[in-house]
Amino acid sequence: MAHGAVRHDYHLLNPSPWPLIGSIGGLVMAIGFVVWKKGLFGLDAGTWWVLALGAALVAYTMLGWWRDVIKESRKGEHTPVVQIGLRYGMILFIASEIMFFAAFFWMFFEMALFPEVRTFSPIEEVRTAWETWPPAGVETLDPFHLPLVNTLTLLLSGTTVTWAHHALQVGNRKAARMGLILTVILGVLFTSIQAYEYMEILHENLFFNDEAAASKLYGSIFFMATGFHGFHVLVGTIFLAVCLLRLMAGQFTPQKHFGFEAAAWYWHFVDVVWLFLFAFIYVAFQGG
Amino acid sequence: MATTPAAREYSGTHDTHPEHADSDHKPGFFARWFFSTNHKDIGTLYLILAIVAGTVGGILSGLIRWELYEPGLQVFTEGSLLDRLGVFEGKHGYNVVVTAHALIMIFFTVMPAMIGGFGNWFVPLMIGAPDMAFPRMNNVSFWLTAAAFVLLMITPFVDGGQGLGAGTGWTIYPPLSTSGHAGPAMDLVIFSLHLAGAASILGAINFITTIFNMRAPGMTLHRMPLFAWSVLITSFLLLLSLPVLAGAITMLLTDRNFGTAFFNPGAGGDPVMFQHLFWFFGHPEVYIMILPGFGMVSHIVATFSKKPVFGYLAMAYAMVAIGFIGFVVWAHHMYTDGTPINMRAYFVAATMIIAVPTGVKIFSWIATMWGGSIEFKVPMLWAMGFIFLFTIGGVTGVVLANAGMDYTFHDTYYVVAHFHYVLSLGAIYSIFAGFYYWFEKMFGVKYNEILGLIHFWIFFIGVNVIFFPQHFLGMQGMPRRYVDYPDAFAFWNQVSSIGYFIMVAGLAFFFIMLAEAAIRRRKGVPNPWGIGATTLEWTLPSPPPFHQFNDPPVVRAEGH
Repeated sequence: MAHGAVRHDYHLLNPSPWPLIGSIGGLVMAIGFVVWKKGLFGLDAGTWWVLALGAALVAYTMLGWWRDVIKESRKGEHTPVVQIGLRYGMILFIASEIMFFAAFFWMFFEMALFPEVRTFSPIEEVRTAWETWPPAGVETLDPFHLPLVNTLTLLLSGTTVTWAHHALQVGNRKAARMGLILTVILGVLFTSIQAYEYMEILHENLFFNDEAAASKLYGSIFFMATGFHGFHVLVGTIFLAVCLLRLMAGQFTPQKHFGFEAAAWYWHFVDVVWLFLFAFIYVAFQGG
Repeated sequence: MATTPAAREYSGTHDTHPEHADSDHKPGFFARWFFSTNHKDIGTLYLILAIVAGTVGGILSGLIRWELYEPGLQVFTEGSLLDRLGVFEGKHGYNVVVTAHALIMIFFTVMPAMIGGFGNWFVPLMIGAPDMAFPRMNNVSFWLTAAAFVLLMITPFVDGGQGLGAGTGWTIYPPLSTSGHAGPAMDLVIFSLHLAGAASILGAINFITTIFNMRAPGMTLHRMPLFAWSVLITSFLLLLSLPVLAGAITMLLTDRNFGTAFFNPGAGGDPVMFQHLFWFFGHPEVYIMILPGFGMVSHIVATFSKKPVFGYLAMAYAMVAIGFIGFVVWAHHMYTDGTPINMRAYFVAATMIIAVPTGVKIFSWIATMWGGSIEFKVPMLWAMGFIFLFTIGGVTGVVLANAGMDYTFHDTYYVVAHFHYVLSLGAIYSIFAGFYYWFEKMFGVKYNEILGLIHFWIFFIGVNVIFFPQHFLGMQGMPRRYVDYPDAFAFWNQVSSIGYFIMVAGLAFFFIMLAEAAIRRRKGVPNPWGIGATTLEWTLPSPPPFHQFNDPPVVRAEGH
């Protein structure tokens, strides 16, 4: 029964080298990280080329893999039913990312909501350090300074990406390009402001100093949560920049531009995560 | 269930790749097995990985039982065989073996076999799809799992800080996994979990998309075979629980390498938070390892009772309920770490509620068999063994769910016996049941019934002799993960170790069965099981063509 003509719209693929190359890259990267930090297999700690090699393999895989995806899309392999599948895939990927952030938020709330449990610590420095909020030695940031600027930057970028989307849908490619360029610029602006703020924190020793030896948790979770978010902003910016190039190459039509929509979804997700970070880490628990 | 050409609109440009028109055109050897984009080939690769990893994990458990055969140090001591070989040296070596055994069995045997192996093979076949939704991503799931396995296998030969390898137990609790294991082996274990987790998340996305988007015309969710249901639910558990583990072990990694203080109590950190994050993943994980087994057992029981599954919808939604409740019971693993009494009360109640949907499943399997024309073929024996032994493990689980009881049983061999009854005798039984059930379908040759029966019976006796006495040891107070024990525990430990050798004899027949089938090559038929086997995979030849359902089947009757 299975022989004969293909009478379905699903996308069957020819064999591809990328999964194997990418997995080898991941393996080399993991080993490379351990070599770099600890030294392994006769290589001294600080040896960086294994990590670089792994990262290069992964980057090469990403380029090659997504190049293939774009080629297949251009060939018309992404039929309506395949596009629905891609939508499911992106939504589920974002759902898993949300749970990744849940781990860091959980860690943050455990600290911020229950600092007093640390006053029962058997370690005296911890007991005294956590009698106050913020804990001893930690100087929290003024949320209505640079963090607010960053919030407005991201919210604005959310509107520009929506502008680009609407322009794309009505076939106004010039406006779509303008909207996307602005979004990428705002993304870069956010990352720059965040980098500046990080430098300030580290330069002024706001979180890590001698007095904060027993409250290092605050700085740890601050940098982990906002840093992981910052990494996502970077990824989202690159994703949007690729979409900008594809737009200028004329690869998006008013009917078919899922690559752009996926980037926009991802961007909105990053935006919403920032709102939670801003509301809780910066505003609600800014301390006195 | 009838199949007719589907009358649908086709908008694709299939003439651009005529190679798909010939459905049995296979790529060359290297491209086929290393660059695969075919769900059946990737499923086979996963099964091979699971058998290899299971053998390694089984050998490691042999070292454990050998050491515990009698009091004193036999294996993990100076001058022993392991000492001369230079692996797993000393008492730390025992911890490394226990850790590696658990991680290998969970991440590289049970999960790859059930989800990667049978899930890949049979979810598309059962829902009438030509392949998975993302065939290339499917392959990266496999190769990342293989890469993770390689990373884990390196660790016993790398310095862990306490000696070679990481001896933290699979739970990798800090501070043992931070300041307690400063060496690179622990970092490699963490990365192994990162890669295996990424592989599983991608696999979960693939399965959910496939099931939601690629069902054949007429295959509504409420007509979908229970195995596909079980993989769908499992995939949601993977998708939502694994990122939390990834977050936890990322923080572990930065604590180890970049001086953060998430789990360092001297700087305000909280080691118990790691336990929360770990078990928020870890508890759904145990359902991840058993739900696909539930699905397989449902099909096998129905097939060999020649009756439809009793209470099909209740069976499907019982799994949904188990998956859902599985997310809100995690702290029952942490009763003894200072959890407040009110929290313990909640987690006791929530945990015991899981017995309700699980009971729905057990009784529905029995009701399926009730009044059926039962054939005691090899897969049916494994499935019935599963029901019996999983019930024992489930009942001891209800005992352990009580915080008061758990204060005594925590970290004793009672817990070891409990989770080996649900996993080693539950999950592994369902894997063997599925393997024999689909053997002919997957490989196109018949297995030898007698060898299968011998495998089942010897294995059945062996694993019960291993694990039943461990209940007694636990109740006597023997703690788990100890390399040595007082003389009082000697008798049941010896019995348990003898059971291991019986089990190995049973497994030998598994490999003899494989070899016999490979040598004799008795040609398989599309449906060896007769009228009881109603799902779509039995409408295809054995083995199915390289690309099946090029013409999607139309599902009319409810055929589960």
